Amino acid sequence: MLELREVTAGYDRRVPVVRNATLTVAPGEAVGLLGPSGCGKSTLARVAALLHRPDSGNVVLDGAPVHRYRHRAPRAQRTAIGVVFQQPRLSADPRLRLTDLIAEPLRATGRRSSVPERVAELADTVGLTPDLLTRRPHEVSDGQLQRACLARALVLRPRWLVCDEMTAMLDASTTAALVRVVEDYRTATGAGLLAVGHDRTLLNRWCDRTVHWDTVTPTATEAFV
Amino acid sequence: MADVTAVQAWRSHGATRRSTHTLRLRVSAALIAVTVLAVLLVPPLVRLDQQAVDLAAKLLPPSWAHPFGTDDLGRDLLLRCVYGLRVSLLVGVVAAFTATLIGTAVGATAGALGGWADRTVMRLVDTLSSVPHLLLGIFVVAMFRPGVWPVVISVALTHWLSTARIVRAEVLSLRSRPHIDAAVSGGASRWRVTVRHLLPGVLPQAGLAAVLMVPHAMWHESALSFLGLGLPTHTASLGTLIQGARGSLLAGQWWPTLFPGLFLIIPTLAVAGLAGVWRERINPRRRSELML
Repeated sequence: MLELREVTAGYDRRVPVVRNATLTVAPGEAVGLLGPSGCGKSTLARVAALLHRPDSGNVVLDGAPVHRYRHRAPRAQRTAIGVVFQQPRLSADPRLRLTDLIAEPLRATGRRSSVPERVAELADTVGLTPDLLTRRPHEVSDGQLQRACLARALVLRPRWLVCDEMTAMLDASTTAALVRVVEDYRTATGAGLLAVGHDRTLLNRWCDRTVHWDTVTPTATEAFV
Repeated sequence: MADVTAVQAWRSHGATRRSTHTLRLRVSAALIAVTVLAVLLVPPLVRLDQQAVDLAAKLLPPSWAHPFGTDDLGRDLLLRCVYGLRVSLLVGVVAAFTATLIGTAVGATAGALGGWADRTVMRLVDTLSSVPHLLLGIFVVAMFRPGVWPVVISVALTHWLSTARIVRAEVLSLRSRPHIDAAVSGGASRWRVTVRHLLPGVLPQAGLAAVLMVPHAMWHESALSFLGLGLPTHTASLGTLIQGARGSLLAGQWWPTLFPGLFLIIPTLAVAGLAGVWRERINPRRRSELML
């Protein structure tokens, strides 16, 4: 289970962006989180990916409560969650070729020997041709770069995936291709998915269950009224 | 139609800008090349003694035999200037790069750790910068016997502060980007994130700071030597040359002051010109503007 319990988070303690959000993703389940722009979805996604420490509330990952976030989180917990962000341009280190981009988590966790094999396998899965792999981020399109970012998220075989508006910048065919890659991965491994987005049609078709932001943060609406 | 002319105007404006850049780049690079070649080649190739005293030829104005004239001990000033520039450049380059190394290490540590470590380190930097750095430099120099290395240490130890600030600011801005989040999520340790993802991003800025520091460090060496605290008087450096020439300037002999002064100013201008071009190149905002 990936559980978010009454999470309050933000960038200034006095003005939390997310108030009392509660959300549960069961293993193998795909949950879509719908919400308007600027409501705090991405912040919640960052908390779920252990990248942002909540001001209060907690995250429970596979039954183990998470006490530390970002670098302080145990590596096994951090790498159990694969993250794909909205903007591929910003989420790719501009200095790395796509091969190194995809291989970076393997190198960071000391699995250098499996780099050629895993990169080739994933490039094939996400549909990147070998000549694209030698290019740097500014030499490929947004769609191609997002494919590489998805490959990077899958390279450590995470048990959970957090896709924060993964397809918002992409055209329909790339969206369909990337969603299929995620679904194939989930069928093969039984990974759970938290897909954040604002596209109701997409999330309804993609996910087993779609929840709206207002039901995730019941007190938030009162606070705004 | 108006749009077309506007675009053409913008293009030709861009072209002029680029050509002045190229000119500036070439002139600066040529001046630096001449300086470096003179400093490296003249001492081994020209077998004249820069310390050779000839009291019969003292304080001669510039002539064909002595293009820069001679000083009050009859030593050839051109030769003295080249040897002086050699020492000053050595001090400048070594001190500037040491300072940049310290500054980058401190700034990157503060920026990458964040929190209380960042606050403590940066307050320390603020405190140190509140003391005039020439004063601090004099204090450091005074602890050693006169020589080249105390000057290098003194300049290096007092000039890393601005680099630390620049590097920290860069690291802070890089740290909040999603690609760092992605690296953390991929299991990268703090060290790996700093060394592989943050430092390569700040290196162009740090390099620029280092290059701009070279002339600054040369000026500091000259200032310390001029005050009689830096290099011993018999060692030719631009500072000691200017200091030694002070008396004769009042007597109307301008050449012993002018030429070492020019040797100090010309490399400074050349480095500043080169750094300007470099800054335009690494400025991502300017680059993205050009891509539009």
